[in-house]
Amino acid sequence: MNDMLHHPFVDNPGSPLPEIEGHISHGRFERVLRAGHFAVTTEIAPPDSADAEEVYARAELFDGAVDAINATDGSGANCHMSSVAVCALLSHIGYSPILQISCRDKNRIAIQGDILGAAAMGVCNVLALTGDDVSAGDHAEAKPVFDLDSISLLTTIKTMRDESRFMSGRHLDVAPKLFAGSSINPFVPPVESRVLQLKKKIDAGAQFIQSQYCFDMPVLKDMMKRAVDMGLAEKAFILPGVGTLASAKTANWLRTHVPGVHIPDAIIKRLEGAEKQKAEGQKICVELMQEVKEIEGVSGVHVMAYRQEEFVAEMVKESGVLEGRVPWAPEN
Amino acid sequence: MYSARRFATRHSRAYEAFYDFVEPIILFVIGGLSKLSGGRLDKPMTWVEAKTKGALFDCQMCGNCVLSSTGMTCPMNCPKTIRNGPCGGVRANGNCEVKPEMRCVWVDAWDGASRMRKGNQIHEIQFATNKAHLGTSAWLRLLEERQQAAEQESKQ
Ligand code: SF4
Repeated sequence: MNDMLHHPFVDNPGSPLPEIEGHISHGRFERVLRAGHFAVTTEIAPPDSADAEEVYARAELFDGAVDAINATDGSGANCHMSSVAVCALLSHIGYSPILQISCRDKNRIAIQGDILGAAAMGVCNVLALTGDDVSAGDHAEAKPVFDLDSISLLTTIKTMRDESRFMSGRHLDVAPKLFAGSSINPFVPPVESRVLQLKKKIDAGAQFIQSQYCFDMPVLKDMMKRAVDMGLAEKAFILPGVGTLASAKTANWLRTHVPGVHIPDAIIKRLEGAEKQKAEGQKICVELMQEVKEIEGVSGVHVMAYRQEEFVAEMVKESGVLEGRVPWAPEN
Repeated sequence: MYSARRFATRHSRAYEAFYDFVEPIILFVIGGLSKLSGGRLDKPMTWVEAKTKGALFDCQMCGNCVLSSTGMTCPMNCPKTIRNGPCGGVRANGNCEVKPEMRCVWVDAWDGASRMRKGNQIHEIQFATNKAHLGTSAWLRLLEERQQAAEQESKQ
């Protein structure tokens, strides 16, 4: 099995993996999931820089600990290097980045162009997001686009990939072989219909799902139970998101200022009571990863450690969720 | 109007029943007038549609009406114009991430749909709107689509 994941490369680790039946993409991330391994993904913060070395340095922090790296697309409506560029750079040297596409900044013409371009540059995974409003970021005066929404974007990716055509109907010479995903937030109203929203995303073409921060395990477990009952866990790989909190103060700020972040009081209290809040935050993250792994229907975990990226590998190791498996990393 | 829009959501079932009743009448009347006037009345009729649906639902005249699939709540009032909401940013009190003083359009939509006879239509995937239809009549379009479908059928 590991042979399949650590393919002996002919020339370049960034070359597409040979086709396997039942697999959509030529990428490693899909293989890990389809092989039944518990996958770990994380997020890279694209630099405010035109330097590729910065991208490599940021990715290197995760070596040997994660199976795929999400490149955010102007997250929080802040301007950074484009996710397409980050993914192209990383794919070229063999990493499995996940291209996040937000509908906030581009219309369907630009998005479809990016999908083709990214696939041409070796990108294998894509995550469809609606995106935060421009008012959340550092260019609040920008024009929000929102020509599509995440589900329309999934439909678009699926159409291009499976029917080899643009949404206009125009034919594609070569279709983009992308493993497509989307996100879900189990904690915001209407909580009861979140599982139905999950189903809608899967129906629209999501093959994997990464969630918002999960700090409230009972709510997550409840949604997962319903997802399993509805057969959704067989149709898509679900990776709940966990995160580290630097302090009780940060946690409070996050939950009041960042849309969609739900942190129960108990977590804040636990941080407040700790002598070293940062270490406690990491401990909580490790425990959450372990707890997520035990939930039925879960295929992996998505670790978000904004500004604490250097601790991700350590936390993953500490949690033991990989059970000794070492994800692919470039040989240095 | 915001309060009228919220009222429609709360009484989605009655609105649904009423609309199911009047739709054939509306379509019959505008279809007849459009034909008789050779299309010259289309503009004033679109104006009437904009005014009535505007007053009742805060209709934005996207030209692809989905009110009966979205709990009688017009999704074009969502600041992100999401057609398959809600997004992941809804506030804990059920208000919108972008406009904190407004109820999330999609929280209302799911609520409205839960009371409707055909509320399950909210599960259907809606592709993003055709922006070229903005400001045009959804009723005239519906009529046209139905006529085309009927023609197709009679051909077969
Ligand atoms: S919170 Fe609701 S109304 Fe606001 S942007 Fe999200 S889906 Fe639209």
